[in-house]
Amino acid sequence: MSALTLTLKIVPQQNINCDVLTPDNLAGKTAAEIGSIKLTAGTHALLAADIFDISGNDAQQLCFKNATAKLDYIGASMTSGSITIEGNAGAHLGSGMKNGSIHCKGNTAAFAASGMRGGLLTIDGNTGDFLGAGSEGSRKGMLGGTVIVKGNAGDRVGDQMRRGLILIEGNAGNYCGSRMIAGTIGVLGELGAYTAFNMHRGTLLLKKQPQLHVTMQDCGTHTLPFLNLLFKSFSKYNTRFSALNSLRVQRFVGDTAYSGNGELLILST
Amino acid sequence: MLLNGIQIDDTFAEAFNMRGTRVIITAQNHKWAYHAANAMTGFATSVIGCGVEAGIEREMTAEETPDGRPGVSILMFAMGSKVLMQQLETRMGQCILTCPTAAAFSGIKSEDMISLGKHLRYFGDGFQTSKLIDGKRYWRIPVMDGEFLTEETTGMVRAIGGGNFLILATSQPAALAAAETAIEAMKLLPNVIMPFPGGVVRSGSKVGSKYKTMFASTNDAFCPTLKGVTNSELSPEIESVMEIVIDGLTFDDIALSMKAGIEAICALGSSSGVKRISAGNYGGKLGPHLFKLHDILKGAAI
Repeated sequence: MSALTLTLKIVPQQNINCDVLTPDNLAGKTAAEIGSIKLTAGTHALLAADIFDISGNDAQQLCFKNATAKLDYIGASMTSGSITIEGNAGAHLGSGMKNGSIHCKGNTAAFAASGMRGGLLTIDGNTGDFLGAGSEGSRKGMLGGTVIVKGNAGDRVGDQMRRGLILIEGNAGNYCGSRMIAGTIGVLGELGAYTAFNMHRGTLLLKKQPQLHVTMQDCGTHTLPFLNLLFKSFSKYNTRFSALNSLRVQRFVGDTAYSGNGELLILST
Repeated sequence: MLLNGIQIDDTFAEAFNMRGTRVIITAQNHKWAYHAANAMTGFATSVIGCGVEAGIEREMTAEETPDGRPGVSILMFAMGSKVLMQQLETRMGQCILTCPTAAAFSGIKSEDMISLGKHLRYFGDGFQTSKLIDGKRYWRIPVMDGEFLTEETTGMVRAIGGGNFLILATSQPAALAAAETAIEAMKLLPNVIMPFPGGVVRSGSKVGSKYKTMFASTNDAFCPTLKGVTNSELSPEIESVMEIVIDGLTFDDIALSMKAGIEAICALGSSSGVKRISAGNYGGKLGPHLFKLHDILKGAAI
């Protein structure tokens, strides 16, 4: 069996909702059956066969080739299997994903991993705003799983994040960890303004100290044994975070404007 | 049955069902891990008066423990799940939370998970932090030496308590020396503890008493100073009897441990002063598990 491959053959004018193209939904379907699936593109529907060349038959290893930022909701709510995206992905990549893995070799638009519940999402390039945040109208962001971004992330990373792990090897934009409820976000690069704005709980693990607003309080430098457990959990991922080993961190707590008990841990160099 | 000149009685140890758990205690170094573990397993020799029977199972290297620090694993057994849960929480709160640098982790998986630090978190008065790492929930509780780290739950398994054997010798020093030899051999085995002081108990008991308030009393049949006035099990040359009690996770764990202990004693030979090995049983009144000494030594029961 070879990986089920969907190769984009048109230049979409409008964004295409690909949420039904998951390993779970495509399992056991023939190429003809997959081709007859209707996908919403803007205000009208297109057949999958009009958008993609379909080859291969193993839906558990789904591959999007020639992908662009017009393909939204790839891997949304998936529960098993793996998706590889050769190219870029649109908004809501892995939105509500429950299990399995997604590997995007390019960049993604906003809302990647929004409402994600489990599994592994790896983005080799950059990602847009609201990574791991809640979707529009949702009161909670990411609820579990792991996201690894090799490039940079936009604003509002982990907005209202409830659980899970986000590791960003590059930079993150403004309002990183805003309104965060729990979970862990790691950033090795620079951060924008208003980091941890209205943060309630959770952990931001940072390599560099960002400019902080006055309601983030310095609690001094400490050696925290729990970091050993956290770093051990990183070791199974292909990420620069797995090289971390210093348990020495400067701890900021806040956002006190929100009676928050969230923490920023700045790794000692 | 004679083993190196020492008589092995054709009898059996009688053991009963218990609930057990394992906790891994780590600290800055082994010294403080032992301080914590010794406190946690202190006053835990017998369920008769302590609620639980607990002991240190083994030392663990930094590479073996969850948080990469030196540690020890302890086993704790009780007659029922309710007592075990209550005792575990109490001992965690008074012995591990209080001990400098100590942390506690689950040492056993089970479908039945019981609270390890789940309720201790309230000591944090709102400053406690939970982290879910690789599917396991941990609590970080701010304390004066930094942070107390504990896993939220540990597994509770069905276990067996009360495996035992008796060492009958011509003198008290000889009986104790043989018991120490046995304990050293038995400590090398996993999944068992010998909960009494130094692993040895000198006050073996029988079920019942002439006094109405007592449900256990001295095992007069094995008391050397009563040889002439009671229905004694002891021959004239026996002057002292020591008992080793074993609690373990499974029947085989206890049987292997008894085998190792008895064989270590028999290796000393009868010139050591040890003349007989027997076992404590209560005619089937106490428990369903029978550890027959002859079968264990032949390897048949394991």
